[in-house]
Amino acid sequence: MAVIEVKNLSKNYGEVEALKSISFEVNQNEIFGLIGPDGAGKSTLIRILNSLILADKGEVSVMGKDPNKQYQYIRNHIGYMPGRFSLYEDLSVKENLEFFATIFGTTIKKSYNLIKDIYQQIEPFNDRKAGALSGGMKQKLALCAALIHYPKVLFLDEPTTGVDPVSRKEFWQIIKGLHQHNITIIVSTPYMDEADLCDRVALMNEGEILRIDTPQNVANSFDKPLYALEAKEGNYKLIKALRAYSFLDSVFPFGEKLHYTDKRENDIKAELKKHLTEEGFSDISIEKIASNTEDVFIRLMNNQKQ
Amino acid sequence: MFDRLKGIIKKEFYHIFRDQRTLLILFGIPIVQIVLFGFAISNEIKNVKIAVLDQSKDEHSSQIIDKVLSTSYFDLDSYVNSLDDINDAFQKGRIKGALVFPPKFSETLRKENKADVQIISDATDPNTGTQIGNYLLLQVQQYLMEHEITATSTLPPALINTEVEMRYNPELKSVYMFVPGLITIILMLVCTMMTSIAITREKETGTMEVLLASPMHASIIILGKVTPYLLLSFVNASLIIALGKFIFEVPVLGSYVLLIGEIILYCLVVLALGIFVSTVAETQQLALMISLFALFLPTMLLSGFIFPIENMPLPLQIVSKIVPATYFNIIIKSIMLKGATLNFILKETLILIGFFFILMGVSIKRFKIRLE
Repeated sequence: MAVIEVKNLSKNYGEVEALKSISFEVNQNEIFGLIGPDGAGKSTLIRILNSLILADKGEVSVMGKDPNKQYQYIRNHIGYMPGRFSLYEDLSVKENLEFFATIFGTTIKKSYNLIKDIYQQIEPFNDRKAGALSGGMKQKLALCAALIHYPKVLFLDEPTTGVDPVSRKEFWQIIKGLHQHNITIIVSTPYMDEADLCDRVALMNEGEILRIDTPQNVANSFDKPLYALEAKEGNYKLIKALRAYSFLDSVFPFGEKLHYTDKRENDIKAELKKHLTEEGFSDISIEKIASNTEDVFIRLMNNQKQ
Repeated sequence: MFDRLKGIIKKEFYHIFRDQRTLLILFGIPIVQIVLFGFAISNEIKNVKIAVLDQSKDEHSSQIIDKVLSTSYFDLDSYVNSLDDINDAFQKGRIKGALVFPPKFSETLRKENKADVQIISDATDPNTGTQIGNYLLLQVQQYLMEHEITATSTLPPALINTEVEMRYNPELKSVYMFVPGLITIILMLVCTMMTSIAITREKETGTMEVLLASPMHASIIILGKVTPYLLLSFVNASLIIALGKFIFEVPVLGSYVLLIGEIILYCLVVLALGIFVSTVAETQQLALMISLFALFLPTMLLSGFIFPIENMPLPLQIVSKIVPATYFNIIIKSIMLKGATLNFILKETLILIGFFFILMGVSIKRFKIRLE
């Protein structure tokens, strides 16, 4: 059974279309990722789902309830961690948790089983003011607060943004660990590499969902052979030269290399190398590689623009 | 539900007691204001310096001078010899008043049964100037009365004996006016400004988003946020009344129960006003501006605390009618200084109750249970 159902959902802020008629479903117990850059509409979508914002058009159902009318039920059974740290900085770790436990009508003790893995990491700082915690610690505390009442659905809005790589990894382990507690998780992130950690992802850009699938299927859905290019002269010159190349399909920087696709379907490694040597490049390396989520995303984004 | 309310109240107290600026506003301002108003700012006639130009230097003139100077109202600055000296003393600011006796004062008085004394008073501050003039006049008249009666043992013909009784504040102490006025102002400041800031702060820091996404009802959020300020306002009001009573001897003639009830009512009205401000303002800064300029200033100037409402031009009188403080000012003065019972202030009380329900109704209607 789908925990969340969205049909033709639209939301405008004045002239700006934040969400353009999107539809999707989230299944029980899934980790559902909303992947996309800033301004894609991820936060707006999460806020509509947790009843903080009203949709303009379309149907939304969360746990079978309408966020517009039955928001009290929804608010009772969801956990929400906003994109920006939203606990009380002048209250200590323990005071914050106790406060959130109280407003959800529970206690730390009752929820200890669910939050203990996370809470144990911040418990040594129980008496420290939340404002004095590091970024990663703050996020763990905020997650504890969001989980304190055993929510059925958990909304995490960019929980790893601004967090160091080690904490990011830890945080995803925690999210994975919540699986066993029967919680459906909707998590948004601008980091493409985090897509692989979700059960299913929706790639979002400019208020539209470009694709919904498992991370594996998304990554494999690239419709052309993909090549990684490198040359001694550097990426900037290489991009310039490739853009002038008549068989170019697409090229974009990816890490230290360039990812390139060609208009021709056959293996073009040798031909391309010859062309680039003629252009005066040296130490050219061309490799055929498997695509990942980011390649797919960039391709879909370019298609969307055209 | 009660636990939730308790939780949010507890949290609010943490905020208040951990923020030194909040504490300073809450408890520093009332104490400083009452001490300032009580000691420094005074309309009373006390030890006013005067100069005397006595051109006759006879029995009557010196007796009048003695009488004037024997009171605590006036102190002699100097005996001067000409009107120019008086002008000089006024301009240098040495004196606030002067008495001038013409030559042959006693002789004229005896022969013609009438004599002239000139009283000059510095009216750069009109209220004080008028008061000094009246006080000097009173002293002279009193002397004449006593003197004539003892000297001739007959009443002067057709003299109307007037006697002014300064009821409710016989010594015309300005603290009598300031203490009730200050309670009005401070409660306004604490309740309206502090609550509106406390609520908008949650909007600004984003914590309101989490509170809204929780199952807590909006009324619990509001109630939890204002209750601490209600309690603190009450402490503040008690503090001001106690300071007034024990340091400045401002009486509380009416019943304390009534006084407490009316203070709580007024607190509720200004709290509702604070909540209303927070539904209008999105940022702490805007809430502060609205509280100070749109609410605090009119309260200070138009509630009858500083200027009498009857003397205002009609438009301002109308504005003063919609300032809740106007009614509370009447109520608290009546209770403290006149010992009024509920009967006498029923109209004002009902108006305040009306204010409360209107403001609360509008605020709850405007309070957003969502982010937009």
